[in-house]
Amino acid sequence: MLNLDRKPRRGRGMESKQLLQKPRVPLLDLLNVFFWVGITSFGGSTAAWLYREIVERNGWLDEDGFVTALTLSQALPGANPVNLAIYVGSQLRGGVGGAVAAFGMIGPAFCIILVLGYVYTQFGASPTVHAMLGGLAAVGVGMTLSVGVKLARHIRKPIPIVIGGTVFVTVGVLHWPMVPIVLVLAPLSIALERLTGWKKRL
Amino acid sequence: MTGDRLLGLLLVFAPLSLLSFGGGQAIIADMQHQTVDIHHWMSGPQFVDLFALSRAAPGPSTLIAALIGWQVAGFFGAVAATIAIYVPSSLAVYAAVRWWHASKDSPWRAVLQRGLAPVAVGLIFAGAVAVLQAAHVNALQIFTTVIVAGLLISTRIGVYTIMAVAALGFALLQLV
Repeated sequence: MLNLDRKPRRGRGMESKQLLQKPRVPLLDLLNVFFWVGITSFGGSTAAWLYREIVERNGWLDEDGFVTALTLSQALPGANPVNLAIYVGSQLRGGVGGAVAAFGMIGPAFCIILVLGYVYTQFGASPTVHAMLGGLAAVGVGMTLSVGVKLARHIRKPIPIVIGGTVFVTVGVLHWPMVPIVLVLAPLSIALERLTGWKKRL
Repeated sequence: MTGDRLLGLLLVFAPLSLLSFGGGQAIIADMQHQTVDIHHWMSGPQFVDLFALSRAAPGPSTLIAALIGWQVAGFFGAVAATIAIYVPSSLAVYAAVRWWHASKDSPWRAVLQRGLAPVAVGLIFAGAVAVLQAAHVNALQIFTTVIVAGLLISTRIGVYTIMAVAALGFALLQLV
């Protein structure tokens, strides 16, 4: 999800000129782009695919706009690529645009995963299939860990480290229910940031 | 009975939708806990199989909700779970994006971003541990997990390549 290091830096002038002209993007174009990203990308590479389509090929956002959109998509609840689709879609075509982009991202992928689910119910009992899924699960956890490590690198101050550690230990190790923990620690973390970091950053 | 199960799916996934800060990884731990330990909709190993499927499939990884819904209550279960996992967070995101554009200079933007980050990271690591525990993993799987994480952090090897190698490798080892 954080493949920003791959982004090339060309074509910036052209995009800002396109943005100034404020072209009205057809809904069909929105659907088309998010449809293809939805079925050709997955997990770790979605951000890279969206960058290519949104910034490089269609010029709907410039680089800074894309980074902002990505950060917001990650900070808010929900799947990052879906949030990014809503951000871009609603910026270009309001609420309808956001809905169309989100549908393009989810709808086709939903159909594909149901087909996979059907195949699983037919062959899930096979030890070979189970072994393959065991391998894929290990890769999936590895992907999760790599995203966690990439994000954790940005957390350097003691208070956020303690908060992150507390969340991990209570939810991951002690199996306390997640909802109350997030409802307590997220506002606490934001309040502490507000108290400690505000003046320095301004 | 089916109605109860559909309602159950909505009640499990809609709150998780609003709490999935940092994406689908963040709620895997609680999803596993609720579907396996609380509602007994499936066994731990079954949950891990679905997790693996959702990771191998294209699209957002939260579509694991669709697979769980499918297992619990068929096609309509999949639809109900998918609506529950996406609609609440999407509405929140839409409201937030509108607010975001309306308040460009607010220092709250940076504060929210930095305040939510450690919570999201803690949940992501908790999710990794939850799947490992549910899978009753063997040493080979833990070894694979660590190697994959290392490869993804430090190299640019495509995830599809890694998945293909891992799936084939595990299948061959099982046959031997």
